[in-house]
Amino acid sequence: MQVTSSVREPLITGGKTLKDVTHDVSRQVEGKPTLGWILGLLVAVGTLLLGSLALVATLWEGIGMWGLNKTIGWAWDITNFVWWVGIGHAGTLISAVLLLFRQKWRMAINRAAEAMTIFAVICAAMFPVIHMGRPWLGAYWALPLPNTFGSLWVNFNSPLLWDVFAISTYFSVSLVFWYIGLIPDFATIRDRATGLRKTIYGALSFGWDGAAKTWSRYESVALILAGLATPLVLSVHTIVSFDFATSVIPGWHTTIFPPYFVAGAIFSGFAMVLTLMIITRKVFKLEDYITIGHIELMNIVIIITGSIVGIAYITEFFIAWYSGVAAEQYAFMNRAFGPYAWAYWSMMTCNVISPQLFWFKKIRTSIVATFALSIVVNIGMWFERFVIIVTSLHRDYLPSSWAMFYPTLSDVGVYLFTFGLFFTLFLLFAKFFPVINMAEVKSIVKSSSEKVNK
Amino acid sequence: MERDKNFVLGVFEDEDVLLEAVAKVRGSGVKIHEVYSPFPVHGLDEELGYKRSKLPIAAFLFGMLGTCLALTMQFYMMKIDWPMIIGGKDHAGLPNFIPVTFELTVLLAAFGMVGVFMITSNLKPWAQPRIFDLRITDDKHVMAIDLATNAAVGEAQIGDILKSCGASEVNKKSFE
Repeated sequence: MQVTSSVREPLITGGKTLKDVTHDVSRQVEGKPTLGWILGLLVAVGTLLLGSLALVATLWEGIGMWGLNKTIGWAWDITNFVWWVGIGHAGTLISAVLLLFRQKWRMAINRAAEAMTIFAVICAAMFPVIHMGRPWLGAYWALPLPNTFGSLWVNFNSPLLWDVFAISTYFSVSLVFWYIGLIPDFATIRDRATGLRKTIYGALSFGWDGAAKTWSRYESVALILAGLATPLVLSVHTIVSFDFATSVIPGWHTTIFPPYFVAGAIFSGFAMVLTLMIITRKVFKLEDYITIGHIELMNIVIIITGSIVGIAYITEFFIAWYSGVAAEQYAFMNRAFGPYAWAYWSMMTCNVISPQLFWFKKIRTSIVATFALSIVVNIGMWFERFVIIVTSLHRDYLPSSWAMFYPTLSDVGVYLFTFGLFFTLFLLFAKFFPVINMAEVKSIVKSSSEKVNK
Repeated sequence: MERDKNFVLGVFEDEDVLLEAVAKVRGSGVKIHEVYSPFPVHGLDEELGYKRSKLPIAAFLFGMLGTCLALTMQFYMMKIDWPMIIGGKDHAGLPNFIPVTFELTVLLAAFGMVGVFMITSNLKPWAQPRIFDLRITDDKHVMAIDLATNAAVGEAQIGDILKSCGASEVNKKSFE
């Protein structure tokens, strides 16, 4: 039984066999690191070390090192937090939601996208922890631990606490989902290796033997995990948006926030997946697995979610006017035409206008254009969070306390630190872990490769 | 002859040939020990007569446990142990407890199910798997037939059946 289709493009090009899949993916795990990888790692670790100066300064001196003032209590810290969490969402969307929809094109990209999710969530989680100022006490503020204050518990009515549970559950479940998928591929590397590598990958592969019984269970586990991860990923950014939406700050207090944040998260996440994948496929010569077709499909997701985000921006504006609430109307006019107009219009251009270029097939199938636009989208989404947070706070109810936010070196440094951390982790992953899910890709070699379609 | 020691292995290149071979081998009265594949072959578990995995039930039960624990914890802490009026609202507002309850339900369901999967499938870092053929994790499907349980059929005949079903190689493998 061979499925041939004259309509669908092959998912794997170059007439690959099962053996080729094993070879092409295991190659970079087994070979010596390339010069490009070493240079990349040096830059990433350098950024990490440079940024850690700011991190240490913040931890030592306190968050007075940042540009926050009594009007603007959240700025880069929470902007970066929401931005990184948002980026994480694409990984779960690809691995869980596309699994439920039986989208086979996910198979070549899900491994790296999930890795991106995990690393992005680590970077994100850093910000709420350090913005507490004294993070060593944070466990008592964030977790329901018995304490010496007569067991004064954490407040379960607060969205900030829901966030703690949402982010930590999201991280743990994503990690487990990712690792379950890695087990059969570690076994593949184990069976090709000798000596120390065999021992290490042997332990990592948990004694996987490829038995039909285990595969059958594995498939049920993957399906149920996907079913659990789908509402989970939607809940995470919903709860992140509650951090704002449940407060009474004009510009934050809107019911549109949950769907608007989720769409924005998927939008920025796919942009980051594209940024990483375009480099990965080139460096590791995986163009036959991550094809132009994959890039085009991801670009289509970007047009859709970008348009949803655009509609959300317009809706917010309309509802602010329609509500008749003067403070709400002022908040939005101030966003678009006040002192932060430059940030607002950067956001509008990057997130709403530029992704519309993907309506042209030439642009959405061009690697250079996709790479450039993926970075534009990431910049735009950072500005979105900055606009929502800072412009809503900087002119509050009392004009005498109006202020502007100016980032300090520590603000920039801590953000740099997370970039260093993210790319260090991603580069280590790309070298030592199979970047493509070999087992899953092998299962579609017969039905979706170029060879069969011819 | 001792059970679970000496095996005849049929090596298959193609998953569709393998699926038909499983049906034919079982039809000819030979008991299959297990089939090993580099990737999940859809329908193989049904051909081998395996029952559907009960892992979803485990996930459901662990999920319910998570729901109960989360609600108990929140009601105990907010209502019984240290009642606090926040914003003039009831200290035990159920809607406010839903997000944390949902998260803990998902967390326990996922970890519980994966834990059960690891235990039932004997997946652990120090596990020493029996490798029938190193190519199983690369590009070959291997059907293992225990000689002891099929003593009545005999080794030569099993080999013939495997060949006739499309096995590209028939090998013997013994474990200590």
